[in-house]
Amino acid sequence: MTEPVIRVHDLAKRYRLGERVPYKSLRESLSNGLRRVMRRARPRQAEWVWALQNLAFDVVRGEVVGIIGRNGAGKTTLLKILSRITEPTEGRVELRGRVGCLLEVGTGFHPELTGRENVFLSGAVLGMTKAEIRQRFDEIVSFAEVEDFLDTPVKRYSSGMYLRLAFSVAAHLDTDILLVDEILAVGDAAFQKKCLGKMDAVSRGGRTILFVSHDMGAVASLTKRTLYLENGTIAVDGPSQVVIGRYLADSLGNGGPAEKPISYYRREENRDTPVRVSSIRAGSQGEGTPTVFAGDQLVMYIGLEVFGRLSGANVTLGIKNIQGQRVTTIFSPDHGFTLNLSPGRHQLRISIEDLALAPGEYFVDVGVNQSTRTKAFDVILDYPLVRVVADQRLVHWLNRPWGVVCVLSARWEVSP
Amino acid sequence: MQSDQAADGSGSSGQSIASERVIAIEPSARLKGLAWGEVWSYRELLLFFVWRDIKVRYKQSVLGVAWAILQPLLTMVIFTVFFGHMARISSGGIPYPLFSYTGLLVWTFFAQATAQAAQSLVGSAQLITKVYFPRVLVPTAAVLGGLVDLAVASPLLLVLMGHYRVWPGWEALFAPLFVLLAVVTAGGVGLWLSALNVEYRDVRYIVPFLIQVWLFLTPVIYPASLAVPMLERVGLPRWVLGLNPMVGVVEGFRCTLLGATWVPVDLLLASVLSAILTLISGAMYFRSVARSFADVV
Repeated sequence: MTEPVIRVHDLAKRYRLGERVPYKSLRESLSNGLRRVMRRARPRQAEWVWALQNLAFDVVRGEVVGIIGRNGAGKTTLLKILSRITEPTEGRVELRGRVGCLLEVGTGFHPELTGRENVFLSGAVLGMTKAEIRQRFDEIVSFAEVEDFLDTPVKRYSSGMYLRLAFSVAAHLDTDILLVDEILAVGDAAFQKKCLGKMDAVSRGGRTILFVSHDMGAVASLTKRTLYLENGTIAVDGPSQVVIGRYLADSLGNGGPAEKPISYYRREENRDTPVRVSSIRAGSQGEGTPTVFAGDQLVMYIGLEVFGRLSGANVTLGIKNIQGQRVTTIFSPDHGFTLNLSPGRHQLRISIEDLALAPGEYFVDVGVNQSTRTKAFDVILDYPLVRVVADQRLVHWLNRPWGVVCVLSARWEVSP
Repeated sequence: MQSDQAADGSGSSGQSIASERVIAIEPSARLKGLAWGEVWSYRELLLFFVWRDIKVRYKQSVLGVAWAILQPLLTMVIFTVFFGHMARISSGGIPYPLFSYTGLLVWTFFAQATAQAAQSLVGSAQLITKVYFPRVLVPTAAVLGGLVDLAVASPLLLVLMGHYRVWPGWEALFAPLFVLLAVVTAGGVGLWLSALNVEYRDVRYIVPFLIQVWLFLTPVIYPASLAVPMLERVGLPRWVLGLNPMVGVVEGFRCTLLGATWVPVDLLLASVLSAILTLISGAMYFRSVARSFADVV
């Protein structure tokens, strides 16, 4: 048996509640300190939250492990401890070999600098030596397909070019252990596919990868083993398919979405967001996951709370099946629709005329963005959307486990 | 927070050896060493940061490089009009413009480097929460970046010296030592302020005021010889003046380059010790709070 290259032993991380929110001010600290001295009051008991607790697992060399879990489950905290960005409160981690971490696309990029300069800067920040960057420079540039714009400041790049270059630098980071967080959440489909291909190739090279993602399809296709984190501990650790099934089953709950608030499905709480998804509902019924016949019309209602003025924002809907596979993406600008809203509550109505999906449970990801380049305003993940059932017109074999994903209507004729 | 050790102890470089390295991550003690070894291994990144800061600074401002000269030059003109001509402050026989520009050269470096360093960690929040490197690189790069501005503004000093026919003697060879003393001081103060700025956001508003007051406590406008009698009247020895390391820096820099002014050794020693103490205490405070930067920034 191979020796583990990542060893996590009884790891725990505690944050002071609200530590990240209001900054301390020197003036307040001084005046509070004075007051404390005057009154001889004991300092208020600080409130602590455990972001991680009793975490233990080993990863052997060459293993690719997915990490999934809801917003606040501790996935990012775990990666930040492994990459030494933040310190654990308790426990110990041992890592064998060079560690690279990709927590965002374009770490170290500066908009004023040119593509060429940013390759070097970002490479250095990610841990490459100058010699290594120089050696891989051509490869990085050709993977990103930006040869002609190397001496243009990246602030003039299109969002696609920027992402390609940023990812390309990251993808050429040659470390023994790679920690990756959700970096594929941005970018167009073709590029995502290319990135997944690159990551797949990388993992075959014997590298150890920890991969945090909300994209169950990507986790399923890239990893054999997955850790499911819940409330800061490992809820399930096992074969990816089994763990993903368990995760989606948890999303579904027992009696439908009504029992979990929308915040449970939110990817992350954004403090200054101008818009928030406040409700998602399919069909006309009030409670539970609605049932629709395959091929029928599906009407979705999305409630939006708008805090600032929205202009030209878009909405992306990603529909997934129970395996976590994304069966389709509906992007509002493709249908000539963008959000131009004033502050207040609004409701979107989206009707899908022919829901040509195979019978089964479906989930939806809802994202509200200004553009594909910027951070999303709000993202809801794996919200239980609809149960599709076969009607009388469809014969029973559809329910058999043959992996059917869609139902097409076909006209049959015999020509003479 | 972390300790790197080569498992086979040979210490030679290369992929196979590198993959034997074990990084242990554990909660760290409150007080710890300064880990200069780790900083040294990240020296390439440090230079990248310096290079980035300079590049961006010169790209963003319309005046670009000229700004590095204009700032001390315009200040010198103002000082000459108000303090040289109107207030008639004595400058020890040296023409006032040359006297003040020499002082302003090292002072401007200190003021800029300190201000940049104080803001550096908060300004790099995005990076600090996304990737690991020794945090001390950020304020250090800000201070080193200031040296480039100093180098750009220095030729004008030679022009002024030529104009006033003040020729430097062999003592001028020691002038770089006082620049080094300014780097140490700016580094120490920068470490203190950058770390404090992460914890207490109102430090940002205090810094410009602090630097302004500091300017008047430093013999840039006036020679130190003017301040000594005042100290003695209160009954304090003159080396007390040197507890402000910038007194040693400005006086020493001027003395080595222009010759005519005066620097007592006890005052100089006080400045050197005070600068070193500031740097060490700054580095220790920085290290003790650095572990939580990513959680607070």
